[in-house]
Formats: sequence, structure tokens, C-alpha cells
Amino acid sequence: MAEGIRDKVAIIGMGCTKFGERFDAGPQDLIVESFVECLADAGIDKKDIQAAWWGVHMPDISVGRGATTLGLTLKLPFIPITRVENFCATGSEALRGAVYAVASGAYDICLALGMEKLKDTGYGGLPLGGGFGYKMPLINSNLTAPGGFAMMATKYFSKYNLNPQDGKMMLAKVSAKSHKNGTLSPKAHLRKEVTVEQIINAPIIAWPLGLFDCCGVSDGASAAIVCRADMAKKFRPDPVYVKSLQIAVSSGEEMMYTKWDGAHVEAAYRAGIAAYKEAGIKNPREEVSMAEVHDCFSITEAVTMEDLQFSPRGKVKEDIEAGRFNLDGAQPIQPDGGLKCFGHPIGASGLRMMYEMYKQLQGKADKRQLKDPKIGLTHNMGGFPSMNIVSVCIVGK
Amino acid sequence: MVGIKSYGAHIPRFRLDRNVMQLALLFLGFAPLRGEKAVANWDEDSVTMAVSAALDCLRDEDSGKVDGLYFATTTPTYSLRQNAGIVAAALDLNTSVRTADFTDSTKSGTAAMLAASDAIASNSLNSCLVCAADCRVSKVGSNGDYTYGDGAAAFLLGKDDIVAQIEGSYSTSHDFVDRRRLEGERLEHMWEERFIRDAGYMKFIPEAVSGLVKKYNLSIQEFSKVIYACAFSSAHSALGKTLGLSPEQVQDPLLNNVGDTGVAHPLMMLVAALEEAKPGDKIMVVSFGQGCDSFYLTVTENIKKMKEKRGVKGNLASKAPLGSYDKYLAFRKQIPAEVGIRGEEMGFTSFSIVSRDNREINGMVGAKCKKCGAPSYPLQRICPNPDCGAVDQMEPYRFAEKKGIIFTYTSDFLAACIDPPASYGFIDYEGGGRALVDFTDCDPNTLKVGMPVEMSFRIKYADEKRAAVNYGWKAIPIVS
Repeated sequence: MAEGIRDKVAIIGMGCTKFGERFDAGPQDLIVESFVECLADAGIDKKDIQAAWWGVHMPDISVGRGATTLGLTLKLPFIPITRVENFCATGSEALRGAVYAVASGAYDICLALGMEKLKDTGYGGLPLGGGFGYKMPLINSNLTAPGGFAMMATKYFSKYNLNPQDGKMMLAKVSAKSHKNGTLSPKAHLRKEVTVEQIINAPIIAWPLGLFDCCGVSDGASAAIVCRADMAKKFRPDPVYVKSLQIAVSSGEEMMYTKWDGAHVEAAYRAGIAAYKEAGIKNPREEVSMAEVHDCFSITEAVTMEDLQFSPRGKVKEDIEAGRFNLDGAQPIQPDGGLKCFGHPIGASGLRMMYEMYKQLQGKADKRQLKDPKIGLTHNMGGFPSMNIVSVCIVGK
Repeated sequence: MVGIKSYGAHIPRFRLDRNVMQLALLFLGFAPLRGEKAVANWDEDSVTMAVSAALDCLRDEDSGKVDGLYFATTTPTYSLRQNAGIVAAALDLNTSVRTADFTDSTKSGTAAMLAASDAIASNSLNSCLVCAADCRVSKVGSNGDYTYGDGAAAFLLGKDDIVAQIEGSYSTSHDFVDRRRLEGERLEHMWEERFIRDAGYMKFIPEAVSGLVKKYNLSIQEFSKVIYACAFSSAHSALGKTLGLSPEQVQDPLLNNVGDTGVAHPLMMLVAALEEAKPGDKIMVVSFGQGCDSFYLTVTENIKKMKEKRGVKGNLASKAPLGSYDKYLAFRKQIPAEVGIRGEEMGFTSFSIVSRDNREINGMVGAKCKKCGAPSYPLQRICPNPDCGAVDQMEPYRFAEKKGIIFTYTSDFLAACIDPPASYGFIDYEGGGRALVDFTDCDPNTLKVGMPVEMSFRIKYADEKRAAVNYGWKAIPIVS
């Protein structure tokens, strides 16, 4: 009988670069910047790392495929390294590899590092990059990331009878909250407060989503060192324990069958259920102190609140309006500003989210520090609402 | 008895006002023609317009019986890869169909009609679809730039249930050089207009009419309508008098509302004539190219039972102004337009995929589960219904002719598109199935969840590096 990974593995060190349009930095700079901080934070030696998981989603525009980049850049001494890629959950997938390896008993100490260098493409938005194969453009629509998620906003508005003005207002409040939090994050890409009026009046990117409904496009890297839970306190007094790490992947029924309502992400709901079960959480709305969710677009965050059972179905608007998810609310979401302010260097994002949960649980989140959080959750969603990969990771003291 | 069983037409949605052209082009001289011309959307070409006309023609017909497809155009997409083959694939005709392209002359549309008629008369073919379409591009400010319009006509020819019998024909060939284009050239060259008028239209059309009349012992007065393809408005009027026709006998040449649609021109006029025809009417058709083809038809009683077609009449009624000459130039790639660095990275074309999955891509044929009845697109081996999941219980299922409604949509300014925003969405099809498709011929401001759509065969993207124009099916939202 499988018993899961709850409390078997601890995070003892983390690092995160400054995120942004790092025209000053190449992939090597970003990898080293996150690794140096991570290693110093863990207080271990490079030679103590027994295996590594390396996450990069679009290596063809930055470092190429395979695991050699990490070995060559960090001069790791012939240890096993695996490159992982799983859309926007790539960073969380790297962490999952390292955590599962330690939980299995194969290793004591492992590294997870995720990096993405997006801003060498010459344009905004994510690279086209053949990520869906040669056939997809011949079959599917001329799809972009904002367009894919905008369709969920259209459907959400339609399903819950929100007129476009009210719907956009709800989404604007999601982004305004994150922009406010971002001003307190020195490593964030966008550190400017934005008013609801500015958000609503911004140019449309993909109707109904405007500029401020979309997260930034950034470069960055983030890293974690994990070890056996029973040895964690040897390295530091305040390790953070992994309670669960679950991934759910679409079965195709959302996009190819007609049952899906288009106003939620089924894999997020399923990954949430699995993660809560593993972590022993009965009431996510009450028990999860804080979360970094995949707010690639404002609508994604809103719908994720319902998928993760923080808000009842169709009721997230009430919670948003009540300020539940603000930094001073009952259940703060994106305390660091989220993808909205950090941008989304794909391979790095999952680990960047974990960096914030880790710092918050250690009481080291500076001006963003929440009062005594117990349980933190990270959520990544890769692909489109109609077909995707969702990761949910729960950590605690 | 060989004749027309059904007909159809396509006129693109956009119309360009020649006054709008004149404002942009005044420095070059005056417009030779008034009114508006029909211009293909950026994702249309002769192949797609032929498919649209053919769908109109085949509505309520059994396309499984079609054993011939002739496609006439002077603007083929490919000069090596049969364009008629692409049309046949889009219509998902049987692979045991005889296909041929007729090209190089604006009279090749009538040549295709006569070849189809002869093939049926000799029992070589039973049911032949003839499509004619043109989407011609001329130098900015040229006579052709003003006068040419884009459009298509299609006819299903056979022996049974014909609405008009093809009675006889007369053809001439003159190596008369009015317009020309060398292999590999995109823009036409035209010789002096007065020469074309006096030594061309005014000479060859009367010759073809009198040749036909003499050959079959007819009198010009017997004809209810005479169709002759003359792209010069004043010469067209003058010819009516020369031929001794009363104004009622002259079929409207569509020059002021569609333009000269090349190979399709006389055949679109024939569609328009049949839309108004009564049993017993005699109709003469004269094309013009390097010489003329003339033929005549007698309308049968079946015309009264003809199912409703969009035809020329329906297409004329459905239009939107393009509004800008610059946009027309960008649509036809007459000027290089910025589509962003993203746009420059547009897809790679793998011809093994295009060939292997041709029915799925060009025919929009997905699968239907024999166990639970769920249709799916793209084509699946395993049923996507979570309560079914049957393996390899699929039969081919064509979505292209299914109506649907918008499940959800967006209008996307980030997507590389020559006419942003790119609108697209999920469609729920009548009879089941859901697919993500581009929208075309739509005003983003009118889109709504639940809005009805119909599918249209269009260009997905051109891959110039690999000499490819890739086609597929898009949804046209229907504004009620």
C-alpha cells in the first residue's frame, strides 16, 4: 500500500534570483545566482549533493536539451542529473524529482534547480517553439497563452451571469492585490502598485483579458536543497517539511468531450484533492494559511481559488471583494506578488513560489511576513484550461 | 441528356469601395470603374473560394456519387501539387475521383464545363463537379487592380434530375495577347485597353455568339439571357447593342458589385441567371480568354424544385466593407506588413503529416465512437468520453459540414495575424463533439457564447520557407 511522502523530506536551503527582463544576464548567470544563495542558505558543501533535478521548459531558446547544462555550469562532480520538463509545472516537477528521490531512500541530499531565459526571443509572450508538435498548428486555432485563458474568462462570465464590466472588475481586484504585494518583494519583476481603474482601462491582450490581467514575461532561476526529514535539523533549526506533492494531468475529456463547463480546471481540482489527502487536510479553506498559485492570468487565480476549494464554486467574487486573499486577509494568496509581479520564467516559477512559502514559514519574509503561517501551498498549471498539467505542493513547519 | 444538376457560388464577405481605392491612388490616375469589388479575406484564395462554392453547390446533394472534379483558375496556389486535389480533399470526395486543373486562360472555366459535359455524355464520368475561382492581383493602380474582383462558382453536372440541359457549344482560339503572366510571376501585365476592347471583346464575342447561333440554327431572340464575360463596363453595354440584344436579355455582368472574377466571371453570371430562370428558358454563356467558348442551355422543369442555395444572390446580400485600400494591399501581400517577431516563427510544415493526416486536416474528418456515439476531433483512437474509453471502435466522422455553437471564445491581439485580433474558440457541434478552431469573416464585437457558426475551408498559414500554403477549417459566426 502506497503511503505517500508526507513529512519524509525537508527543504533546508533555497535560492532565487532577481526576476525580470534580465537583459544583463545569460542562463549561466541565472543558474549560478540562484545556486550560490541556495547552497549558502543550506550551509552544506557542493559535494554533499548526491543527485540533482534540473527544470527548463524551453531549452531550445536558452541552453539546449539534456542535463549537461547544470553539470557544466555548476561543475557538479559526475553526479546523476535529470532534466525535467512539464509545461509550467516544470519547476515543481524538478522539486518533485528531488523530493521523491530522497523519500525513496535512494539519496540523503538532492538539489532541484529551475531556470528559464525567455527574454532572448525578441518578443513578448511565450515563444511558439513547436511545444505542441508540428501537427497542432494545422489542426488547432492560432492559440496563444492569453487567448487560451481568456476563453475561460469568457465562459466563467457566461456561466455565472457576470456582465463583462462586473467580470473585469472582479479580475482587476485580483491583479491589484498582487501588484500591491509585489511592491514589497525586492526580487519581483514588476514592483508598482496599479489601480483597479488602470487595470480595467488597459489595452486588451485577448478579450476579456487586458494587459494587467496577464503576468509578466521574465527571466529567472530558483533552487532548493532537500534532505531526509530526520536529518534536517542537523543543518538548520527551521527546516520546512514537505506534506504532499501531487500532479494531475488532463485526460482529454475537457477539450474533446462536451461535459466540461469551461469555467474551471478539472486537473487542479483533482490535484488538490490528492494533495489534501496526502497532507491530511480536511478543510482547505480553513487549514491552508497561505498559497502561491499559478496566476499566469487573473482569471486563472480566480478559478483556482474554487478548484482548490478555498472558495465555493461560483463564489470567488465574494471572497475577492471581501479581501479574503489580500496580505491582511484570512487566506493570503500571492504574498510575494505572484506570477503577476515576478513574471513567469517557466522552469523557475514552481520553485520561486516555494521560495516564498519557505521564507514565510521561517518568518523571514520581511515586510510581507504573515502572522505565524502553518501551512503553505504552491500550485502550478501548465498548458491551457482545456488540457493541462497541475501540480499542488503543500509544506509546513 | 447532360446538364447542370446543382449550382453554387461564393463571393467573399469583404467589399472594397472603388472610391476608397481612388482616394489612395489618385496620384496615378482615375478609376476606370465605379461601385465596389469583392475581395477575398486574407485567409482566402482560389482554392478556398472554390471549396466554398462547391459546398454551396453540394448542399443537399450526395457528394459520395461525385466521380469527377475539375477546377479552373488562373491563380492556382500550387503549380506543382494539384489544386483540384486539395479541393477534393476539402470536400472529402471519394479517392476514386478524376481530378484535373484547368488553367492559364480566363476561358478555362468554360473549358472545364465543356470537358465535364463531354465526359458525362460519353459515359466516362457520371457526376462531375466543376469549380471555377480566381483571386487575381494586379499592379497597384492598374486597370486590373480596380476591375478585378474575387469569387467562385461551382456546378454539379450529370444526367439525372438536371435543372438545365447543355445543348451545344462553339469555341474559338486566338493567340490574342490582352493579359499575360509568365511562369513564376504574380502580377499581370496588360496591353492597351483600346486594343483589348476593339480587337478583342468587340470582335471575338460576336464571333462566338454568331458561330453558336449558326451551328445550331438558332436565333438570338430565342435566348432569355445571354451571358458574356466582358470586363469593360462600356464595352459590355456596347456589345449588347452589337449582338442585337434587348436590355432584358443581357445578364448583369456584376462589374459594379463584384468585379471581373476571371475564370469564374461567366460562370457566376450563369449562377445568377439560373437563380431567376424559368422552365424552357434558353441561356447562352460566352467566356473570353484567348478566344471564346460559347455554349447554351435549356432550363428544365426541375428548376422549380431547386433547393435553396446561397448562390450569387445570397452572397451579394451578405457583405461588409473592407474600408481601407491599405488593408487590401496587406491581405494580398502587395506590401510587407509587420506581424511581429512571433509571427516570423510561424509553423513548420511537415508534408508527411499533411499527407498522412490529410483527411483529418483538410477534410475535417474526426472520429465517432461506435460504442457510445461520441464524436471527437482531432481524430482519436480511444474514446474521450470518460464513461466509455472504447479502444479502436471509431468510424470516420466529418465535422466540416456540421453546424455548431460557440462554447467559448476570445479575440486575441497577441496571436500573429494580418488582421488582428485573431478570434477563435471552442465550438460544440450539433450531434456532439467539441473542437478548438479559428474564426473567420467575423466582427469580434458581435461574438457571444452560444452564437451559431458554420465551418469554412480557409488558409491556416503560409509557410514560405517550405513553399507551403496550409489549409484547414474555420468557423464563421452567424450574426442573426
